[in-house]
Amino acid sequence: MTIEIQTPQKNGVNVQAILEARTALTEAPEAGKFIWRASCEWLDGVHSRSTIESFYGLGEEQKHDRVFTIDADHPPQFAAPDNGATPVEIVLGALASCLMAGLASVAENRGIELTSAKATVEGDMDLAGILGIDADVRNGFKSIRVHFDIDADASAEDIAALVAQSQKRSAVFDVITNPGNVHVTVG
Amino acid sequence: MKHATVIVVGAGQSGLAMSRALSRRSIDHVVLERGTAGQSWRSERWDSLRLLTPNWANGLPGAPYNGLDPDGFMASGEMANQLFHYAETIAAPILCNCRVSRCSFDGTRYRVDTSRATFTAEVVVIASGAAGKPHVPAISGAVPGGILQITPDHYRRPADLPDGKVLVVGAAATGVQLARELHLSGRPVTLSVGSHVRLPRTYRGKDIEHWLDITGVLDQSTGEIDDVERARRIPAPQLVGGGAIDLNSLQDIGVEIVGRFSDVRDGKALFSGGLAHVTTAADLKMNRTLDLADDWVKENGLGSADAAVRPGATSIPRDPRLTLDLEAEKVRTILWATGFRPDFSWLDLPVFDLRGRLRHEGGVCGLPGLYVLGLPFLRRRRSHQISGAEADSTELAHHVAHYLDARRAA
Repeated sequence: MTIEIQTPQKNGVNVQAILEARTALTEAPEAGKFIWRASCEWLDGVHSRSTIESFYGLGEEQKHDRVFTIDADHPPQFAAPDNGATPVEIVLGALASCLMAGLASVAENRGIELTSAKATVEGDMDLAGILGIDADVRNGFKSIRVHFDIDADASAEDIAALVAQSQKRSAVFDVITNPGNVHVTVG
Repeated sequence: MKHATVIVVGAGQSGLAMSRALSRRSIDHVVLERGTAGQSWRSERWDSLRLLTPNWANGLPGAPYNGLDPDGFMASGEMANQLFHYAETIAAPILCNCRVSRCSFDGTRYRVDTSRATFTAEVVVIASGAAGKPHVPAISGAVPGGILQITPDHYRRPADLPDGKVLVVGAAATGVQLARELHLSGRPVTLSVGSHVRLPRTYRGKDIEHWLDITGVLDQSTGEIDDVERARRIPAPQLVGGGAIDLNSLQDIGVEIVGRFSDVRDGKALFSGGLAHVTTAADLKMNRTLDLADDWVKENGLGSADAAVRPGATSIPRDPRLTLDLEAEKVRTILWATGFRPDFSWLDLPVFDLRGRLRHEGGVCGLPGLYVLGLPFLRRRRSHQISGAEADSTELAHHVAHYLDARRAA
């Protein structure tokens, strides 16, 4: 007789599948090489729409279950009609989402139940950079602050450890904090 | 062609401990040593180095420390001498000045080619150390010429380096120690800090080694932890023999702290913006370790333990710099304190994983009769420490004896 013990997921993250994938990809590292994609089309003014559907991974072409779109535009303060968030706000959202996904996964793996988790992200930017006013000012964020408010069945130290581990394993945190080469071609 | 039942490669603490364990079982063996016993302690360490563990923790099998200064910290030459005398005491059958160039296996026997003779053996025990070659990240290749790049095994003293600014990369024990030494020598230091382990030298009036020992942390076995591979890569904690050191004290004397060294572009070193993350994570882990000491005191009611005073949180600059123009800011030297890897280039055997790491289960390799000792978390957390040699060598000698018995019965 075998007894199967089903451990209910506390946060809805299938950690077992992640751990199995980790084992599988350790043995077959090629399958772990992914290419993520987005295509973006100019609509009008500074309004554009990114479309996200296919990606490559596990050794072959893959598709999301449906096509996702993200509109980007600028607010009236930039003399634009505000049809979407600005690209830099989308970056902040991406950072928060990535850390949040990590937080929930790590919590699941450690048996910690999240009641609520909220991240507030702020990025400091001096427009003197993108407007070309001051060559010493960078275009992008000078610094970014992420603040978490988390309610969970764990001590303050354990919650702090969750937040630390979510940064350690975050792709977007790495993308933002470390340089990477960007190759742009045309035609 | 010479033959030995067992060949042990390396006469450091692991190889000598194994030699003693084999002798006690009357197993014929020879220890091949490229120099003399304790060679790497003698020839590949900087002048000021002292061991990270206090003398009382550095006993060898059958020879606990019995000197006058159990709480002191040996210099590396003293450790080399201790190993040299230990080898004499246990009458280890060492062949000195014998460098192993290749080890192969024909399905029945091992063949070991050396600078002095070729041997055959039924069993080979690799005890050549965890720190055979320095690991230097590939970005070192993008560093502009004219900057001296040096690894700790070639560093001896500050005066050997040019005057001027030094970028020390890596904040494990070696990086923080050399950052301090170089900065105090008048060479301004920028220290690049990635993931690291922070521990105080003393806590509640005792050396940290005492707490790691008594709470059982050092005796945790591979089966007791979740991720052995990760545990095997944990860098040496920010400690120095006989004093206190951390990122706060380094900044107090003027060392500049920056994030992980990520890339070189247009002659500029680029550092990660994730410094606050790694220091916060290290503080959290340190406090978890110290919690274990507090728990132990609570359980054992040790009235004499000093009050628990935790080191303060690591403070870092509000906006640590992200770039360093190596030429414009006159960086003369980059010291790569980015860890060591064992040197197994002489092993001509199919025993490596996809990433080139030696596969083993608690020191038992994938080929019959092949063993390894002295690697981080080989069988337990203390495996790579001097105090780890005894239990690991005893257990693996037991395995060797069984293997040889079975082989002869077959």
